Amino acid sequence: MNSSSTQFVTSGGMGMYDHMHQLSMWGESFKSNGSPHPLSSMLLPNTSPSLIITADMKLDNQSEDTSGTPGPLNKYDQEVTKSSEKIQRRLAQNREAARKSRLRKKGLYVASGVEASHVGFNGAVNSGIATFEAEYGHWLEEQQKHVSDLRAAVTSNISDGEMRVLVEASLNHYYELFRMKGAAAKADVFYVMSGLWKSSAERFFLWIGGFRPSELIKILRPKIEPLAEPQLQGICNLGQLCQQAEDALSQGMDRLQQTLAQSVADGQLGEASYSPQIDTAMEKLDGVVRFVRQADHLRKAALVQVSQILTPRQAARGLLVLGEYFERLRALSQVWATNTREPE
Amino acid sequence: MEKVMGLASDNGVVIFSKSSCCMCYAVSMLFQGIGVKPVMYDIDQDPQGREMEKALMKLAGTTAGPVPAVFIGGKFMGSTNDIMSAHLSGQLLHMLKPYHSLS
Repeated sequence: MNSSSTQFVTSGGMGMYDHMHQLSMWGESFKSNGSPHPLSSMLLPNTSPSLIITADMKLDNQSEDTSGTPGPLNKYDQEVTKSSEKIQRRLAQNREAARKSRLRKKGLYVASGVEASHVGFNGAVNSGIATFEAEYGHWLEEQQKHVSDLRAAVTSNISDGEMRVLVEASLNHYYELFRMKGAAAKADVFYVMSGLWKSSAERFFLWIGGFRPSELIKILRPKIEPLAEPQLQGICNLGQLCQQAEDALSQGMDRLQQTLAQSVADGQLGEASYSPQIDTAMEKLDGVVRFVRQADHLRKAALVQVSQILTPRQAARGLLVLGEYFERLRALSQVWATNTREPE
Repeated sequence: MEKVMGLASDNGVVIFSKSSCCMCYAVSMLFQGIGVKPVMYDIDQDPQGREMEKALMKLAGTTAGPVPAVFIGGKFMGSTNDIMSAHLSGQLLHMLKPYHSLS
Protein backbone atom coordinates (compact mmCIF):
# COMPACT_ATOMS: atom_id res chain seq x y z
CA MET A 1 0.00 0.00 0.00
CA ASN A 2 1.33 3.35 -1.06
CA SER A 3 1.92 5.72 1.80
CA SER A 4 2.53 8.78 -0.38
CA SER A 5 -0.34 11.22 -0.02
CA THR A 6 -0.44 12.20 -3.67
CA GLN A 7 -0.50 8.85 -5.37
CA PHE A 8 -4.10 7.68 -5.51
CA VAL A 9 -5.14 5.36 -8.26
CA THR A 10 -8.35 6.35 -9.96
CA SER A 11 -9.17 3.01 -11.53
CA GLY A 12 -12.44 1.54 -10.45
CA GLY A 13 -10.88 -1.72 -9.42
CA MET A 14 -9.61 -3.31 -6.27
CA GLY A 15 -6.80 -0.80 -5.84
CA MET A 16 -9.28 1.90 -4.85
CA TYR A 17 -11.10 -0.40 -2.51
CA ASP A 18 -7.87 -1.24 -0.73
CA HIS A 19 -7.26 2.48 -0.32
CA MET A 20 -10.71 2.80 1.20
CA HIS A 21 -9.93 0.13 3.77
CA GLN A 22 -6.77 1.96 4.65
CA LEU A 23 -8.50 5.31 4.87
CA SER A 24 -11.32 4.06 7.06
CA MET A 25 -8.88 2.53 9.46
CA TRP A 26 -6.93 5.79 9.55
CA GLY A 27 -10.26 7.54 9.94
CA GLU A 28 -10.92 5.67 13.15
CA SER A 29 -7.71 6.73 14.81
CA PHE A 30 -7.83 10.34 13.59
CA LYS A 31 -11.46 11.03 14.21
CA SER A 32 -12.45 13.82 16.53
CA ASN A 33 -15.76 15.58 16.85
CA GLY A 34 -16.35 19.14 15.85
CA SER A 35 -13.07 19.78 14.05
CA PRO A 36 -12.29 19.32 10.39
CA HIS A 37 -11.20 15.81 9.67
CA PRO A 38 -7.40 15.77 9.75
CA LEU A 39 -7.44 12.94 7.23
CA SER A 40 -8.99 15.13 4.57
CA SER A 41 -6.55 17.98 5.09
CA MET A 42 -3.67 15.54 4.98
CA LEU A 43 -4.72 13.84 1.81
CA LEU A 44 -6.37 16.55 -0.26
CA PRO A 45 -3.68 18.52 -2.01
CA ASN A 46 -5.91 18.84 -5.07
CA THR A 47 -9.41 17.92 -6.09
CA SER A 48 -9.02 14.85 -8.25
CA PRO A 49 -12.01 12.49 -8.34
CA SER A 50 -10.52 9.90 -6.03
CA LEU A 51 -9.97 12.50 -3.37
CA ILE A 52 -13.60 13.53 -3.60
CA ILE A 53 -14.37 10.13 -2.16
CA THR A 54 -12.05 10.86 0.74
CA ALA A 55 -13.99 14.01 1.52
CA ASP A 56 -17.21 11.98 1.42
CA MET A 57 -15.90 9.81 4.17
CA LYS A 58 -15.21 12.86 6.29
CA LEU A 59 -18.87 13.86 6.10
CA ASP A 60 -20.08 10.33 6.67
CA ASN A 61 -17.96 9.89 9.75
CA GLN A 62 -19.43 12.95 11.33
CA SER A 63 -23.03 12.72 10.30
CA GLU A 64 -23.97 9.09 9.90
CA ASP A 65 -22.78 7.58 13.14
CA THR A 66 -25.95 5.78 14.03
CA SER A 67 -24.68 2.27 14.58
CA GLY A 68 -26.80 0.36 17.02
CA THR A 69 -24.00 -1.79 18.33
CA PRO A 70 -21.02 0.17 19.60
CA GLY A 71 -17.52 -1.10 18.95
CA PRO A 72 -14.79 -0.44 16.43
CA LEU A 73 -15.41 -3.59 14.44
CA ASN A 74 -19.01 -2.66 13.59
CA LYS A 75 -18.00 0.88 12.73
CA TYR A 76 -15.33 -0.51 10.42
CA ASP A 77 -17.93 -2.62 8.63
CA GLN A 78 -20.08 0.46 8.25
CA GLU A 79 -17.19 2.44 6.79
CA VAL A 80 -16.48 -0.35 4.33
CA THR A 81 -20.11 -0.51 3.23
CA LYS A 82 -20.29 3.24 2.86
CA SER A 83 -17.00 3.21 0.94
CA SER A 84 -18.19 0.58 -1.50
CA GLU A 85 -21.48 2.44 -1.94
CA LYS A 86 -19.55 5.56 -2.74
CA ILE A 87 -17.36 3.66 -5.16
CA GLN A 88 -20.47 2.29 -6.86
CA ARG A 89 -21.89 5.77 -7.06
CA ARG A 90 -18.65 7.09 -8.49
CA LEU A 91 -18.60 4.30 -11.08
CA ALA A 92 -22.20 5.08 -11.96
CA GLN A 93 -21.28 8.73 -12.37
CA ASN A 94 -18.36 7.78 -14.62
CA ARG A 95 -20.64 5.64 -16.76
CA GLU A 96 -23.14 8.50 -16.87
CA ALA A 97 -20.43 10.92 -17.95
CA ALA A 98 -19.31 8.52 -20.69
CA ARG A 99 -22.90 8.13 -21.85
CA LYS A 100 -23.40 11.89 -21.99
CA SER A 101 -20.19 12.19 -23.94
CA ARG A 102 -21.49 9.72 -26.53
CA LEU A 103 -24.79 11.62 -26.73
CA ARG A 104 -22.96 14.88 -27.15
CA LYS A 105 -21.03 13.50 -30.08
CA LYS A 106 -24.36 12.60 -31.67
CA GLY A 107 -25.61 16.10 -30.93
CA LEU A 108 -28.27 14.77 -28.57
CA TYR A 109 -27.11 16.13 -25.29
CA VAL A 110 -26.07 19.61 -24.30
CA ALA A 111 -25.27 20.63 -20.77
CA SER A 112 -22.54 22.65 -19.19
CA GLY A 113 -21.21 22.00 -15.75
CA VAL A 114 -23.85 19.38 -15.09
CA GLU A 115 -21.45 16.63 -14.14
CA ALA A 116 -19.79 18.75 -11.52
CA SER A 117 -22.78 20.52 -10.06
CA HIS A 118 -23.68 17.76 -7.65
CA VAL A 119 -20.21 17.97 -6.16
CA GLY A 120 -19.95 20.72 -3.60
CA PHE A 121 -16.98 22.99 -3.16
CA ASN A 122 -15.65 20.81 -0.36
CA GLY A 123 -15.88 17.69 -2.48
CA ALA A 124 -19.12 16.45 -0.95
CA VAL A 125 -21.41 14.50 -3.28
CA ASN A 126 -25.14 15.22 -3.08
CA SER A 127 -26.70 11.90 -3.96
CA GLY A 128 -30.18 13.38 -4.46
CA ILE A 129 -28.78 15.69 -7.12
CA ALA A 130 -26.56 12.98 -8.63
CA THR A 131 -29.70 10.84 -8.95
CA PHE A 132 -31.59 13.70 -10.56
CA GLU A 133 -28.86 14.34 -13.10
CA ALA A 134 -28.70 10.68 -14.06
CA GLU A 135 -32.49 10.59 -14.41
CA TYR A 136 -32.47 13.78 -16.43
CA GLY A 137 -30.11 12.22 -18.95
CA HIS A 138 -32.67 9.44 -19.46
CA TRP A 139 -35.46 12.00 -19.53
CA LEU A 140 -33.81 13.84 -22.41
CA GLU A 141 -33.46 10.64 -24.42
CA GLU A 142 -37.13 9.82 -23.81
CA GLN A 143 -38.11 13.37 -24.71
CA GLN A 144 -36.45 12.98 -28.08
CA LYS A 145 -38.65 9.94 -28.74
CA HIS A 146 -41.81 11.80 -27.75
CA VAL A 147 -40.96 14.67 -30.07
CA SER A 148 -40.29 12.27 -32.95
CA ASP A 149 -43.61 10.53 -32.33
CA LEU A 150 -45.44 13.85 -32.33
CA ARG A 151 -43.69 14.93 -35.51
CA ALA A 152 -44.75 11.73 -37.26
CA ALA A 153 -48.29 11.98 -35.90
CA VAL A 154 -49.09 15.54 -37.02
CA THR A 155 -48.27 14.75 -40.63
CA SER A 156 -50.23 11.51 -40.55
CA ASN A 157 -53.93 10.66 -40.61
CA ILE A 158 -54.21 8.91 -37.28
CA SER A 159 -57.48 9.14 -35.38
CA ASP A 160 -58.18 11.67 -32.65
CA GLY A 161 -58.17 8.83 -30.13
CA GLU A 162 -54.68 7.75 -31.16
CA MET A 163 -53.54 11.36 -31.20
CA ARG A 164 -54.84 11.84 -27.68
CA VAL A 165 -52.78 8.87 -26.49
CA LEU A 166 -49.61 10.47 -27.87
CA VAL A 167 -50.51 13.84 -26.37
CA GLU A 168 -51.11 12.26 -22.95
CA ALA A 169 -47.80 10.40 -23.14
CA SER A 170 -45.94 13.58 -23.97
CA LEU A 171 -47.68 15.52 -21.19
CA ASN A 172 -46.99 12.79 -18.66
CA HIS A 173 -43.35 12.98 -19.61
CA TYR A 174 -43.29 16.65 -18.60
CA TYR A 175 -45.15 15.84 -15.38
CA GLU A 176 -42.49 13.24 -14.63
CA LEU A 177 -39.84 15.94 -14.89
CA PHE A 178 -41.76 18.07 -12.39
CA ARG A 179 -41.88 15.11 -10.01
CA MET A 180 -38.12 14.61 -10.38
CA LYS A 181 -37.49 18.29 -9.73
CA GLY A 182 -39.68 18.17 -6.62
CA ALA A 183 -37.52 15.41 -5.20
CA ALA A 184 -34.30 17.18 -6.20
CA ALA A 185 -35.53 20.37 -4.53
CA LYS A 186 -35.52 18.53 -1.24
CA ALA A 187 -31.88 17.58 -1.82
CA ASP A 188 -30.70 21.04 -2.91
CA VAL A 189 -33.30 23.69 -3.54
CA PHE A 190 -30.84 26.28 -4.82
CA TYR A 191 -29.65 23.81 -7.44
CA VAL A 192 -33.22 23.50 -8.73
CA MET A 193 -33.89 27.24 -8.47
CA SER A 194 -30.78 27.92 -10.56
CA GLY A 195 -31.69 25.30 -13.15
CA LEU A 196 -28.17 23.91 -13.02
CA TRP A 197 -29.04 20.81 -15.05
CA LYS A 198 -30.09 23.01 -17.96
CA SER A 199 -27.98 24.39 -20.78
CA SER A 200 -26.89 28.01 -20.34
CA ALA A 201 -29.31 29.22 -23.02
CA GLU A 202 -32.25 27.61 -21.19
CA ARG A 203 -31.09 29.19 -17.96
CA PHE A 204 -31.27 32.62 -19.58
CA PHE A 205 -35.05 32.26 -19.62
CA LEU A 206 -35.35 30.75 -16.18
CA TRP A 207 -38.25 31.62 -13.91
CA ILE A 208 -38.39 29.95 -10.49
CA GLY A 209 -36.50 26.88 -11.64
CA GLY A 210 -38.12 26.38 -15.04
CA PHE A 211 -40.02 27.81 -17.95
CA ARG A 212 -42.54 30.64 -17.73
CA PRO A 213 -45.97 29.28 -18.76
CA SER A 214 -47.14 32.59 -20.26
CA GLU A 215 -44.00 32.73 -22.43
CA LEU A 216 -44.63 29.26 -23.76
CA ILE A 217 -48.18 30.15 -24.68
CA LYS A 218 -46.93 33.23 -26.55
CA ILE A 219 -44.49 31.03 -28.50
CA LEU A 220 -47.04 28.33 -29.13
CA ARG A 221 -50.03 30.33 -30.32
CA PRO A 222 -48.83 31.63 -33.70
CA LYS A 223 -47.38 28.22 -34.57
CA ILE A 224 -50.62 26.29 -34.13
CA GLU A 225 -52.88 28.70 -36.01
CA PRO A 226 -55.32 28.70 -37.67
CA LEU A 227 -57.48 28.10 -34.62
CA ALA A 228 -61.26 28.22 -34.27
CA GLU A 229 -62.58 31.18 -32.29
CA PRO A 230 -63.18 29.31 -28.98
CA GLN A 231 -59.68 27.80 -29.06
CA LEU A 232 -58.08 31.13 -29.90
CA GLN A 233 -59.97 32.89 -27.11
CA GLY A 234 -59.15 30.09 -24.71
CA ILE A 235 -55.42 30.15 -25.42
CA CYS A 236 -55.14 33.95 -25.26
CA ASN A 237 -57.09 33.99 -22.04
CA LEU A 238 -54.93 31.24 -20.58
CA GLY A 239 -51.84 33.27 -21.38
CA GLN A 240 -53.20 36.19 -19.43
CA LEU A 241 -54.20 34.03 -16.46
CA CYS A 242 -50.73 32.48 -16.39
CA GLN A 243 -49.19 35.93 -16.39
CA GLN A 244 -51.28 36.92 -13.36
CA ALA A 245 -50.35 33.75 -11.48
CA GLU A 246 -46.67 34.22 -12.35
CA ASP A 247 -46.72 37.82 -11.14
CA ALA A 248 -48.21 36.73 -7.83
CA LEU A 249 -45.64 33.98 -7.34
CA SER A 250 -42.82 36.34 -8.34
CA GLN A 251 -43.91 38.83 -5.70
CA GLY A 252 -44.02 36.12 -3.06
CA MET A 253 -40.60 34.89 -4.17
CA ASP A 254 -39.15 38.41 -3.95
CA ARG A 255 -40.39 38.71 -0.40
CA LEU A 256 -38.93 35.32 0.48
CA GLN A 257 -35.57 36.29 -1.02
CA GLN A 258 -35.51 39.39 1.14
CA THR A 259 -36.25 37.49 4.33
CA LEU A 260 -33.65 34.85 3.43
CA ALA A 261 -31.00 37.49 2.80
CA GLN A 262 -31.83 39.01 6.16
CA SER A 263 -31.53 35.61 7.85
CA VAL A 264 -28.12 35.03 6.31
CA ALA A 265 -27.00 38.50 7.37
CA ASP A 266 -28.26 37.84 10.88
CA GLY A 267 -26.29 34.61 11.01
CA GLN A 268 -29.36 32.40 11.23
CA LEU A 269 -28.50 30.39 8.13
CA GLY A 270 -25.20 29.01 7.03
CA GLU A 271 -22.49 26.73 8.27
CA ALA A 272 -21.73 27.68 11.80
CA SER A 273 -25.21 28.34 13.04
CA TYR A 274 -26.02 26.82 16.37
CA SER A 275 -28.86 29.27 16.59
CA PRO A 276 -31.95 28.09 18.46
CA GLN A 277 -33.80 29.74 15.57
CA ILE A 278 -32.67 26.89 13.33
CA ASP A 279 -36.35 25.98 13.00
CA THR A 280 -37.25 29.29 11.40
CA ALA A 281 -34.16 29.01 9.21
CA MET A 282 -35.24 25.56 7.97
CA GLU A 283 -38.76 26.91 7.58
CA LYS A 284 -37.44 29.58 5.25
CA LEU A 285 -35.54 27.05 3.12
CA ASP A 286 -38.68 24.91 3.05
CA GLY A 287 -40.38 28.06 1.81
CA VAL A 288 -38.06 28.11 -1.21
CA VAL A 289 -38.84 24.44 -1.89
CA ARG A 290 -42.51 25.34 -1.69
CA PHE A 291 -42.15 28.04 -4.33
CA VAL A 292 -40.24 25.80 -6.70
CA ARG A 293 -42.95 23.16 -6.36
CA GLN A 294 -45.70 25.74 -6.77
CA ALA A 295 -44.09 27.02 -9.97
CA ASP A 296 -43.95 23.44 -11.31
CA HIS A 297 -47.57 22.98 -10.31
CA LEU A 298 -48.41 26.09 -12.33
CA ARG A 299 -46.50 24.70 -15.33
CA LYS A 300 -48.42 21.46 -15.05
CA ALA A 301 -51.76 23.28 -14.68
CA ALA A 302 -50.96 25.36 -17.77
CA LEU A 303 -50.16 22.24 -19.82
CA VAL A 304 -53.37 20.61 -18.58
CA GLN A 305 -55.38 23.65 -19.69
CA VAL A 306 -53.68 23.72 -23.09
CA SER A 307 -54.62 20.08 -23.66
CA GLN A 308 -58.21 20.78 -22.62
CA ILE A 309 -58.68 23.88 -24.76
CA LEU A 310 -57.17 22.44 -27.95
CA THR A 311 -58.28 19.50 -30.04
CA PRO A 312 -55.99 16.46 -29.86
CA ARG A 313 -54.41 17.33 -33.19
CA GLN A 314 -53.86 20.96 -32.19
CA ALA A 315 -52.44 19.84 -28.83
CA ALA A 316 -50.04 17.46 -30.60
CA ARG A 317 -48.88 20.31 -32.85
CA GLY A 318 -48.50 22.53 -29.79
CA LEU A 319 -46.42 19.99 -27.92
CA LEU A 320 -44.29 19.44 -30.99
CA VAL A 321 -43.64 23.18 -31.19
CA LEU A 322 -42.65 23.23 -27.52
CA GLY A 323 -40.43 20.19 -27.83
CA GLU A 324 -38.62 21.61 -30.82
CA TYR A 325 -38.28 24.99 -29.12
CA PHE A 326 -36.48 23.46 -26.14
CA GLU A 327 -34.31 21.34 -28.43
CA ARG A 328 -33.21 24.46 -30.30
CA LEU A 329 -32.56 26.26 -27.05
CA ARG A 330 -30.37 23.44 -25.84
CA ALA A 331 -28.53 23.38 -29.16
CA LEU A 332 -28.01 27.14 -28.97
CA SER A 333 -25.63 26.76 -26.04
CA GLN A 334 -23.64 24.22 -28.02
CA VAL A 335 -23.51 26.42 -31.13
CA TRP A 336 -22.27 29.34 -29.07
CA ALA A 337 -19.63 27.24 -27.36
CA THR A 338 -18.24 25.87 -30.61
CA ASN A 339 -18.28 29.22 -32.34
CA THR A 340 -16.80 31.55 -29.79
CA ARG A 341 -14.49 33.93 -31.49
CA GLU A 342 -11.01 34.54 -30.16
CA PRO A 343 -10.73 37.83 -28.28
CA GLU A 344 -9.04 40.44 -30.46
CA MET B 1 -62.88 25.36 14.00
CA GLU B 2 -65.80 27.58 14.96
CA LYS B 3 -63.57 30.62 14.98
CA VAL B 4 -62.28 29.75 11.51
CA MET B 5 -65.75 29.18 10.10
CA GLY B 6 -67.09 32.23 11.93
CA LEU B 7 -64.46 34.51 10.44
CA ALA B 8 -64.94 32.91 7.04
CA SER B 9 -68.69 33.44 6.95
CA ASP B 10 -68.46 37.00 8.29
CA ASN B 11 -66.36 38.08 5.34
CA GLY B 12 -66.66 37.57 1.62
CA VAL B 13 -63.11 36.53 0.81
CA VAL B 14 -60.84 35.39 3.62
CA ILE B 15 -57.32 34.07 3.39
CA PHE B 16 -55.99 32.53 6.60
CA SER B 17 -52.26 33.11 6.71
CA LYS B 18 -49.19 33.51 8.87
CA SER B 19 -47.21 36.72 9.06
CA SER B 20 -44.05 34.91 7.93
CA CYS B 21 -45.68 33.02 5.06
CA CYS B 22 -44.55 34.30 1.68
CA MET B 23 -46.86 31.92 -0.21
CA CYS B 24 -49.78 33.52 1.62
CA TYR B 25 -48.51 36.88 0.42
CA ALA B 26 -48.29 35.53 -3.14
CA VAL B 27 -51.90 34.34 -3.06
CA SER B 28 -53.07 37.68 -1.66
CA MET B 29 -51.20 39.40 -4.53
CA LEU B 30 -53.04 37.19 -7.02
CA PHE B 31 -56.39 38.22 -5.60
CA GLN B 32 -55.43 41.90 -5.59
CA GLY B 33 -54.19 41.55 -9.15
CA ILE B 34 -57.64 40.46 -10.23
CA GLY B 35 -59.39 43.28 -8.37
CA VAL B 36 -60.36 41.59 -5.12
CA LYS B 37 -59.31 42.70 -1.64
CA PRO B 38 -59.29 39.60 0.57
CA VAL B 39 -59.32 39.73 4.34
CA MET B 40 -55.94 38.40 5.46
CA TYR B 41 -56.13 36.73 8.83
CA ASP B 42 -52.77 35.91 10.40
CA ILE B 43 -53.39 32.93 12.66
CA ASP B 44 -49.97 33.28 14.27
CA GLN B 45 -51.13 36.62 15.67
CA ASP B 46 -54.22 35.07 17.22
CA PRO B 47 -54.22 33.69 20.79
CA GLN B 48 -56.21 30.70 19.51
CA GLY B 49 -53.82 30.32 16.61
CA ARG B 50 -52.86 26.74 17.46
CA GLU B 51 -56.42 25.48 17.41
CA MET B 52 -57.13 27.38 14.23
CA GLU B 53 -54.06 25.83 12.64
CA LYS B 54 -55.27 22.37 13.59
CA ALA B 55 -58.69 23.09 12.15
CA LEU B 56 -57.16 24.35 8.90
CA MET B 57 -54.90 21.31 8.65
CA LYS B 58 -58.02 19.13 8.80
CA LEU B 59 -59.51 21.06 5.91
CA ALA B 60 -56.35 21.22 3.83
CA GLY B 61 -55.32 17.60 4.19
CA THR B 62 -51.75 16.38 4.50
CA THR B 63 -50.31 17.56 1.19
CA ALA B 64 -50.83 21.28 1.67
CA GLY B 65 -49.79 23.39 4.66
CA PRO B 66 -52.45 24.90 6.91
CA VAL B 67 -51.87 28.25 5.21
CA PRO B 68 -52.79 29.85 2.95
CA ALA B 69 -56.37 28.67 3.37
CA VAL B 70 -58.81 30.44 1.09
CA PHE B 71 -62.51 30.88 1.85
CA ILE B 72 -64.97 32.42 -0.59
CA GLY B 73 -68.49 33.15 0.64
CA GLY B 74 -67.85 31.16 3.81
CA LYS B 75 -66.85 28.08 1.86
CA PHE B 76 -63.36 26.52 1.95
CA MET B 77 -61.87 26.74 -1.55
CA GLY B 78 -58.49 25.16 -0.86
CA SER B 79 -54.81 25.94 -0.61
CA THR B 80 -52.39 27.37 -3.16
CA ASN B 81 -52.58 24.44 -5.61
CA ASP B 82 -56.36 24.57 -5.74
CA ILE B 83 -56.41 28.35 -6.15
CA MET B 84 -53.82 28.28 -8.95
CA SER B 85 -55.64 25.51 -10.83
CA ALA B 86 -58.97 27.32 -10.34
CA HIS B 87 -57.43 30.51 -11.64
CA LEU B 88 -56.04 28.93 -14.82
CA SER B 89 -59.35 27.25 -15.56
CA GLY B 90 -61.16 30.58 -15.19
CA GLN B 91 -63.15 29.24 -12.26
CA LEU B 92 -61.62 31.57 -9.70
CA LEU B 93 -62.57 34.72 -11.61
CA HIS B 94 -66.09 33.39 -11.91
CA MET B 95 -66.35 32.72 -8.16
CA LEU B 96 -64.91 36.10 -7.28
CA LYS B 97 -67.26 38.15 -9.44
CA PRO B 98 -69.55 39.20 -6.55
CA TYR B 99 -66.55 40.33 -4.52
CA HIS B 100 -64.80 42.77 -6.80
CA SER B 101 -63.89 45.88 -4.87
CA LEU B 102 -65.02 49.23 -6.23
CA SER B 103 -62.03 51.15 -7.52
